[in-house]
Amino acid sequence: MADIVLDKVSKKFPDGTVAVADVDLEIADGEFVILVGPSGCGMSTTLNMIAGLEDISSGELRIAGQRVNDKAPRDRDIAMVFQSYALYPNMTVRENMAFPLRLAKLDKETINRKVEEAAKVLELTALLDRKPANLSGGQRQRVAMGRAIVRQPKAFLMDEPLSNLDAKLRVQMRTVVSRLQKQLGTTTVYVTHDQTEAMTLGDRVVIMRGGAVQQVGPPQELYDHPRNLFVAGFIGSPSMNFLHAAVEDGKLRTALGDVPIGERVRRELEGADAPRELILGIRPEHFEDAELVDDDTRRRGMEFEAPVDIVESMGSDKYVYFTVEGERASAAELEELAADAGASDFTGAGASLVTRLSAESPVAEGQHRRVWFNLEKIHLFDPSNGRNLTLHEGRAAGALAD
Amino acid sequence: MAETTTRARLRWGLLDVIVVVFALIPVLWIASLSFKTPATLTDGKFWPREWTLDNYRTIFATDQFVRALVNSIGIALIATAVAVVLGAMAAYAISRLDFPGKRLLVGVSLLIAMFPQVSLVSPLFEIERQFGLFDTWPGLILPYITFALPLAIYTLSAFFKQIPWDLEKAAKMDGATQGQAFRRVIAPLAAPGLFTTAILVFIFCWNDFLFAITLTSTERARTVPVALSFFTGESQFEDPTGAICAAAVVITIPIILFVLFFQRRIVSGLTSGAVKG
Repeated sequence: MADIVLDKVSKKFPDGTVAVADVDLEIADGEFVILVGPSGCGMSTTLNMIAGLEDISSGELRIAGQRVNDKAPRDRDIAMVFQSYALYPNMTVRENMAFPLRLAKLDKETINRKVEEAAKVLELTALLDRKPANLSGGQRQRVAMGRAIVRQPKAFLMDEPLSNLDAKLRVQMRTVVSRLQKQLGTTTVYVTHDQTEAMTLGDRVVIMRGGAVQQVGPPQELYDHPRNLFVAGFIGSPSMNFLHAAVEDGKLRTALGDVPIGERVRRELEGADAPRELILGIRPEHFEDAELVDDDTRRRGMEFEAPVDIVESMGSDKYVYFTVEGERASAAELEELAADAGASDFTGAGASLVTRLSAESPVAEGQHRRVWFNLEKIHLFDPSNGRNLTLHEGRAAGALAD
Repeated sequence: MAETTTRARLRWGLLDVIVVVFALIPVLWIASLSFKTPATLTDGKFWPREWTLDNYRTIFATDQFVRALVNSIGIALIATAVAVVLGAMAAYAISRLDFPGKRLLVGVSLLIAMFPQVSLVSPLFEIERQFGLFDTWPGLILPYITFALPLAIYTLSAFFKQIPWDLEKAAKMDGATQGQAFRRVIAPLAAPGLFTTAILVFIFCWNDFLFAITLTSTERARTVPVALSFFTGESQFEDPTGAICAAAVVITIPIILFVLFFQRRIVSGLTSGAVKG
């Protein structure tokens, strides 16, 4: 059990690429922290530096208050679960799990007892004498976890441990990981590309982009109060809608109509170097079929009409895709997110809008539909640096706040 | 359906037989000659009319052949062991580390493998005489190691590259030193590679004639292939063919045993289950 502190930790490779830049992070004892971001953003490098598998170029890494920059992995007393599981194929499950204990030179009885205990926790008892080749993906995953927990290390590092499992098993293993971490109360750092895993598992989530930390906070906070365009676009599924918005006559001209702005946002836009163009972000669930909105709610938002593209009925609610006229939002962050999602650049005119309407909505494909959206929940971003202009003291307040 | 499979099996079986017979006829012929009496040696029959073990008795009766057999086994085993151990370490470094001069090392070892050995024989002869290595075991072991190393390095680095690097990282995280990670995790997985390399190197040393005939002069270090060429009949009118054939059969046996023994270890899929897929 220990806390882990990263103090301006950087990683620079010999060819000059900076994989990780000045990461400051304090992970409390027993905390479950998720590092999340698109591929190649330095999360795995960060994890490897904590593990000691990769040298730290500058900055300091402290585990339990002790500087460990120059310590070998074996002297740091932390365990790691690899994406590929990395089980020793020449050893049985029992030998795999006993391996760290044997290296620690524990006596045979203790080793046996500890392996049996860990196997029981992970329901591996029946498989102890099998070789990894004869195990399913989920079982191998559990053995890898078993090998990590068996010697009760100061911390666990997990490098995308679930990404090789099929979707159903992944959901199942997610709860196993979560339960295990709570049960053991061991500090855990978990790397993933999957924002669902990030949202559901961690106490706190660290969003990284290009080797730098974008925002750190509990999942809900990142979702509700994203500090910048990148965080807003990365967290949430389906992701936030982004629209181009031009500042004109104290209003925002957007594809959804003129959006009024409150005092706070106006003040942000007063300076000489203030942006004249913004990106407006709305989450799918902040739309509603205009027919279903009561008058009280109606006042807090505005309405627009657009042709319905596609309706996906999820049972509990409906995902409705609209096409709206107007310029598409563009920013470096958005392109990066699109590339990560594997979406090819959409070249058609106008923008596509994803909304989540309630299941009662009679919306059908091909119709024109009036849709209401909540002005208190919209975010405005500066396209040049991605900053969220609606965020005040870490709280997003919508466009109308005074 | 069943008919086609039977026919396909027959066709494949026939092909197999042709290949095997083609490859084995010279070997079987020698084996057959080794059992013939001097009188029937040149009768041109594949199956000996009169069986005899005299040829075998002859070669084991003199010290000459037994001595050479001991030399051969000793020299080949020592050279193999050293080449495989050194080669494993070099191959591991080449496949895992990025060190200055790596390409040069790989290039030079390739160069050594390509170098015509005949052109080295005379200089080696002079050098070994100067250093007193001529006609000794080390005098043969050293050049064998030199020429076997590139072979060992190439074969082994290919094997090491197949072993997922994550396993080594995992071992380190589990508390192993670099050495322990190599010995307890990587080496067991590379075992098929080690055995394959050992076999190749052993056969190379065992079969060598060129170095053995130039760098030895007496029974002290003379190996079997050379000893065979010194076989003479009991009189100058007698042909030693039968004895030579018997000796050839005898020296083939260790190779066969060696391969059979290690073949069981060379099973593919030893690394399956380590990582996904």
